[in-house]
Amino acid sequence: MTTLLDVDNLWVRFPNRSGVFDAVRGVSFSLGRERLGIVGESGSGKSLTGRAILRLIRSPGIVEAGHINLHGDNLLNKSEAEMRKVRGEKISMVMQDPKFSLNPVMTVGDQIIEAYRLHAKASKAEAYKKSVEMLEAVSIRDAERVMKAYPHEMSGGMGQRIMIAMMLIPNPEILIADEPTSALDVSVQGQVLSIMDKLVKERGMGLIFISHDLNLVSQFCDRVLIMYAGRIVEVCKADKLHEAKHPYTQGLLGSLPRFDAPRDRLQVLTRDPAWREAPSVEARL
Amino acid sequence: MTTETQTLREWLLSETPTSRRHARMAALYKGWLTLRANHMAMIGLGIIALLIGTAMFAPLLAQHDPFVQDLAFRLQPLGTEGHILGTDSLGRDILSRMIYGSRITLYIVALVVMIAPVAGLLVGTIAGYAGGWTDIILMRITDIFLAFPRLILALAFVAALGAGIENAVLAIALTAWPPYARMARAETLTIRSSDYISAIRLQGAGPMRIITKHIWPLCISSLIVRVTLDMAGIILAAAGLGFLGLGAQPPSPEWGAMISEGRRFILDYWWIATMPGLAIFTVSLAFNLLGDGLRDVLDPKDSTS
Amino acid sequence: MSDAISIENLNVWFGEHHDLFQAVKHASLTVASGASFGLVGESGSGKSTILRALTGLAPQWEGQMSINGTDLTHKRDKQFYKTVQMVFQDPYASLHPRHSVDQVLSETLQLHGFKDIDNRVNKLLLDVGLGPAFRFRYPHQLSGGQRQRIAIARALAAEPKILLLDEPTSALDVSVQAEILNLLCDLRAEHGLTYLMVSHDLAVVAHMCERAAVMRNGEIVEIIEVADMRAGKTTHDYTAQLLHASANRVA
Repeated sequence: MTTLLDVDNLWVRFPNRSGVFDAVRGVSFSLGRERLGIVGESGSGKSLTGRAILRLIRSPGIVEAGHINLHGDNLLNKSEAEMRKVRGEKISMVMQDPKFSLNPVMTVGDQIIEAYRLHAKASKAEAYKKSVEMLEAVSIRDAERVMKAYPHEMSGGMGQRIMIAMMLIPNPEILIADEPTSALDVSVQGQVLSIMDKLVKERGMGLIFISHDLNLVSQFCDRVLIMYAGRIVEVCKADKLHEAKHPYTQGLLGSLPRFDAPRDRLQVLTRDPAWREAPSVEARL
Repeated sequence: MTTETQTLREWLLSETPTSRRHARMAALYKGWLTLRANHMAMIGLGIIALLIGTAMFAPLLAQHDPFVQDLAFRLQPLGTEGHILGTDSLGRDILSRMIYGSRITLYIVALVVMIAPVAGLLVGTIAGYAGGWTDIILMRITDIFLAFPRLILALAFVAALGAGIENAVLAIALTAWPPYARMARAETLTIRSSDYISAIRLQGAGPMRIITKHIWPLCISSLIVRVTLDMAGIILAAAGLGFLGLGAQPPSPEWGAMISEGRRFILDYWWIATMPGLAIFTVSLAFNLLGDGLRDVLDPKDSTS
Repeated sequence: MSDAISIENLNVWFGEHHDLFQAVKHASLTVASGASFGLVGESGSGKSTILRALTGLAPQWEGQMSINGTDLTHKRDKQFYKTVQMVFQDPYASLHPRHSVDQVLSETLQLHGFKDIDNRVNKLLLDVGLGPAFRFRYPHQLSGGQRQRIAIARALAAEPKILLLDEPTSALDVSVQAEILNLLCDLRAEHGLTYLMVSHDLAVVAHMCERAAVMRNGEIVEIIEVADMRAGKTTHDYTAQLLHASANRVA
């Protein structure tokens, strides 16, 4: 598999009153045309990893890495203007809650058209046509009506599909999805995920799926990285997740209440300080 | 448990306070550290400390009596021997008058701060929490006071009660409280629907307890910030009233009144009006800088996550 | 022995005139004393609203609600608050940002008329698995799981018999959720509490409860024994749909 993205020794640090806090500590992995899941609890550094790739972390946060190579081209060496070309065109990001990531005072149509015209020189009419096409590609039936509507008039699932449409319209190669279904109802999650899956497969994109939901990631992704305290503690194939070796992963799996296996008490994760100290596992292809 | 004793700083920065007093001191210390990091705010604080010091030690600092006239030495320029900032039209030392005037400035500031924000907080939080007719009536009263032009009200007081600094302060306070009421009400409306308020209601707490112990602590931060930022306006308003002769009466060395007296001489003896003007400018700026710094420390945004 | 909670034909609505929205329609359920009952549904199904109506936080309702055989009116009294307490969903919003843990618990104990506050605060902290080290911390110095434990301690301070739990673990990490759910089970066994628990997560409800009501659009579509739910013996289509969606998240 060709490598689309290669991250080497990524560190993200935040200076604070008592020193420097390292949120991501030496993470290395590569991404091909696959669905890569990054799983972790809050504070594990998974969201920051995604944001660091897109260079969305502002000072006082410090991002350091050996390299973040997109097709061999180091993103860390790019200027802000060059990064603006990368964002959207090469790498896009879908975030958790469409209520907060869609502009509430612009119509859906205006936002998608804007997203399109930022990266392609097109007339308004062309952009409009493309936007409608994109909305239909995410299974929104009444696309013309939705173009004229405002985000708050949409349900969560619809909003997230609009977000996906907006992020995929410039035809990026990589999509980073940061908890894209956490704010959605269970019955809608499936729909949104299958749309995302279909588009990623059709376009031969790479997908980084960041989530706290181990089960979800194991069903949806090809390969899974498990992060703890800023480091990768384990890498495995998604369908082999239940054979995970690292005690943290096993602990996470064991602490979930299960329908088919009722228990009196849920397994409680005892955190071993050694996990924090062990070096990050490399997750190259 | 280590056997070495903690330094005071470590004790204050501790994440596990051991008593109520410890927790409170720790919170104050952290706030202080945030403020101290803001250099502009520290400059503001320094100037205000200087103001307070000047007011307290006025008799020691002033070289001359602010009321003694010396007609032989009137209208002396800056740098005159014995009168660094010159003398005014009646031969009184400007620097000494400014030093004593700082007391009056502080007096005005203190009186307005005791009346306006407190009244605003009361009216706003009660209106916001009670809702219904109480809210409507209180807010219409607020609107009425908000509509009063400050100077006209001051004129009315002077006409009715006679000129004087207390009446000027009353006029300023009566027109300054409505914005605080509006702000307090807006905050109360937001806070009212929070889970922690629902939780305390479920313990059987009555409205008085909720307003005083739960809502006020959250409103007070923005109120403090707003007051420091308004301070400049209050000082200027008092100076303006003094300038018009509606506030401090001669021979009181209130800064606004000093500017008024110096107005006649502004072309040839500019320092008489300019020096007190610079003092007003400096103190107003200091309060602005401090207010900005306090906003960073007390910003409720910090405390919700 | 009367039921701990009995709700019959409950209608709850918000707003008025053209803003009128009916959140709960003709809901009926009973929870026996000492039982654990779940309310499941998606967002907007009205499940949290039923809890709010019970506690008096949702004033516009009609129907019948009773606690331990006593009918509820539109006012709630001290006796009610000593019997029924609630744990809220968002641990980041259910504690007053300027009050330390000590203040929160002491005030609650004071309001309920207890005298030996110091001892009780310490005991409550131990009961929820935290120690005296947490007593003087402020909420921003606590993690989500710790805050939720404090919220549970606050609810227990009154020595209630019935706990209403509004999605108590949905804002928490999976490992923390396990701890809190274990804590809730232990407390229930220790104090003989009755639980009415709201959740959108069927697995959590199946773990914690014996029976559950499935809600959609304000209506209870089915009341089902958890054992039946695990076996897939549902009577309503919607319940089957929910079960299916929970098990296989990706279509």
